[in-house]
Amino acid sequence: MTPTAIALNRFGLGYRRGDDLPLDPRADLKAQVAAFDPAPPELGNRALDGEELRRTVEDIFAYRDMRRSTSDTEEREEMQRLRARSNRETYAGDVARRARVAIESNTPFMERMVHFWANHFAVSTDKTHLPLLAGPFEFAAIRLHVGGFFADLLRAAALHPAMLAYLDQSRSQGPDSKAARNRRRRGRPERGLNENLGREILELHTLGVDGGYAQEDVIELAKALTGWTVPGMPFTDPSEPQPNGANFYAFIHQPGVRRVMGRNYPDTGARQALAILDDLAAHPSTARFIATKLARHFAGDAPPSTLVDRLADAFLGSGGHLPTVYEALIDAPEAWQSGPVRYRQPWEWAVAVLRASEQSQLPERRFAMMMRDLGQQVWAPGSPAGWDDRDASWTGSTALLRRVEAAERIAASAKLDDTRALAEALFPGSLSRTTRQTIDWAESNEMAFALLMVSPEMLRR
Amino acid sequence: MPTRRKILAGGAMGLAMAATGPRLAWAQAESDKRLLLLVQRGAADGLSLAAPLGDPGLATHRAQWIDDYDAAPRLDSMFALHPALADTGRLYADGDALVVHAVATSYRERSHFDAQNLLESGGRKPFERKDGFLNRLLGLVGSSAPPAIALASAMPLALRGDQPASTYAPGNLPEASEALLERIPGLYAGDPQLARMWEQAQEANALRDASDIRNLGQAREAGQLAGRMLADPAGARVVMLDLPGWDSHAGQVRMLGNRYKGLDTLVSAFRSEIGEVWDDTLVVVVTEFGRTVAINGTNGTDHGTGGAALLLGGAVRGGRVVSDWPGLAPSQLYEGRDLMPTMALEAVLAGALSDHFALDAERTLRELFPGRAAQPVGGLIG
Repeated sequence: MTPTAIALNRFGLGYRRGDDLPLDPRADLKAQVAAFDPAPPELGNRALDGEELRRTVEDIFAYRDMRRSTSDTEEREEMQRLRARSNRETYAGDVARRARVAIESNTPFMERMVHFWANHFAVSTDKTHLPLLAGPFEFAAIRLHVGGFFADLLRAAALHPAMLAYLDQSRSQGPDSKAARNRRRRGRPERGLNENLGREILELHTLGVDGGYAQEDVIELAKALTGWTVPGMPFTDPSEPQPNGANFYAFIHQPGVRRVMGRNYPDTGARQALAILDDLAAHPSTARFIATKLARHFAGDAPPSTLVDRLADAFLGSGGHLPTVYEALIDAPEAWQSGPVRYRQPWEWAVAVLRASEQSQLPERRFAMMMRDLGQQVWAPGSPAGWDDRDASWTGSTALLRRVEAAERIAASAKLDDTRALAEALFPGSLSRTTRQTIDWAESNEMAFALLMVSPEMLRR
Repeated sequence: MPTRRKILAGGAMGLAMAATGPRLAWAQAESDKRLLLLVQRGAADGLSLAAPLGDPGLATHRAQWIDDYDAAPRLDSMFALHPALADTGRLYADGDALVVHAVATSYRERSHFDAQNLLESGGRKPFERKDGFLNRLLGLVGSSAPPAIALASAMPLALRGDQPASTYAPGNLPEASEALLERIPGLYAGDPQLARMWEQAQEANALRDASDIRNLGQAREAGQLAGRMLADPAGARVVMLDLPGWDSHAGQVRMLGNRYKGLDTLVSAFRSEIGEVWDDTLVVVVTEFGRTVAINGTNGTDHGTGGAALLLGGAVRGGRVVSDWPGLAPSQLYEGRDLMPTMALEAVLAGALSDHFALDAERTLRELFPGRAAQPVGGLIG
């Protein structure tokens, strides 16, 4: 691959038909970091701010309560059906918004980083209510901070109502909180701690599984997090609305000093968890963990340790300033190895195909379904670890057949002109003889395009 | 080149032709034995799969959940199966189901992802090796390895490795035209990885036309497809399928009720579809680790250690619970919170798989799960 082809495909999301090729690939990528638009008009009102998000979550619960209190079974089932349909439509609309932004983007490297971070802080729509929240989570919590500091990204993502709901934090209560003491006094069954979010913040969001934490740190962080929950909880005690759309209820917060990773944190209510998150964000294990994931994404399943060091240094040296880390990545020779280093995942493949075919008017439901058939249903990795970012998880044989089917379907509706010229633009100076010949000999332009979309050059980056 | 449509023209013979045709690597397997591996992702709660009602500790830790087992299938004087597992309970009564309890892999931390990696790779520690225990089993079974397929769109780690294996997942996209399909091998002529993937895709896809199955997320359809693939004399010998969604941190009773119902439906559909071949079949249901004994603050359970595994099939010496029960008193728990594992899951798997495929048990354990101290557990099969 030439540096131009690497910039387009490994760093970016593939050549967009009609674009000029970058003259200086590295400078062009750096310019993208600066030019990134966190709130493109395409997202419209779906990048919910704190107040809008609070209302959305409250509406979800209000509708649920209304449904549950309806005595007529048929009416209740009808409400359930309506809710399921509106979930599906909202979800498919958000998926299409995400795709359109990626297809039309002038800063595809930064869009790739949005997808990377959304997967790092994964939520999954197989959990109740998440189909309505996964889009707004990425559009606000992730997009607004990919060009800023990791500490802010961490606060925004780990404490976003979508994450609080996904990792069961919304129901966690301090065992010695006022709420728990009241229940005990009245002989009610106890509610208490849920350690899910606490564990995943340490294991998946910050330090990494070998980052040096113990079970006790999990419990302590889980205790500090109590009180942080989604709006609309059935408590009579007042809450403190948080700027990110979450609510903090002191009523269920575990009182006391917490000790995490050898440091003490006084009980400052909602701010206790924030203080811990800030320290976790700055921890060397976090820098190493993030650097390794980034290096894998751009240099292959077993990235050179020199690249990991470089990125970890940039992360620590800049206090987690992500653009500094991206610059270090762009400047790193290890990220520019000439052979393809990664097999494209279904999402990046689909986006690259649509960028090449000049199509952004997607039939929404059909596009969302297609992503499922391709093996990567958007925002549905089924696990808080997100999609595995290693090739072996994607090189399934059936998945390849599905790409051939999808390529033919997209070819049928693409605005096609000269596929041979398109091939040269997609992979400047990097097209193999076999692919060029296969395209030359295709019996129609549609077939030439479909073949190009499943060529070895297109399947890897 | 035989295409899918030409294969179809063979009608009922199509599937057999597909699997024996010259292009296809699926030679007649040396063994008639069948294996279905089901992996419960997310750490399934063994204490709800087979609840130790005879242990007074259960009432201490899980008082509000015990009543659910009033009408549950009783396994023996100690254990009852989850009430949603009615059909599985009938298999147990017929001697075709066995529960192994208080079992865990050698992993002792609490990360799903490391634990699943260790279970599937069989390595001594997570991410130590890139191939899977099930793939290495294929190598042990025969010089021509038995045909294996994962019902998934990507290859799960357990089946990755040197032995050929394919994946299959139904889709809703329109079939590609023959004209396009014919040109793909040429496109991949210089690319061994893609050429091999494409060949495997064609093999697995020959099965699609023989099936009306559209959605592996539906338990019945998944069970039917697995059964059909294993029942075919020229079909697969080993099938692997993931069962997602067992991470019950909150609202466990309802959540796991649905999961067990799905599992029961899947097993039941599989049992009817596979017919007489059931007698040569072993179904293994495993998970990465167990859950806390006590209920957490949100009516769920958190990540734990010891759990339970299920062995099903005509090949199993069933109708019993195999366990060195550690007890549920506070002093008997692992780290004061989890079910203490008293048996190694690797030893159970190696024992069952070696007996099923007539392999040397110790060699099987060594190859599949190197570096484990435990002895293979015999007597589970036959």
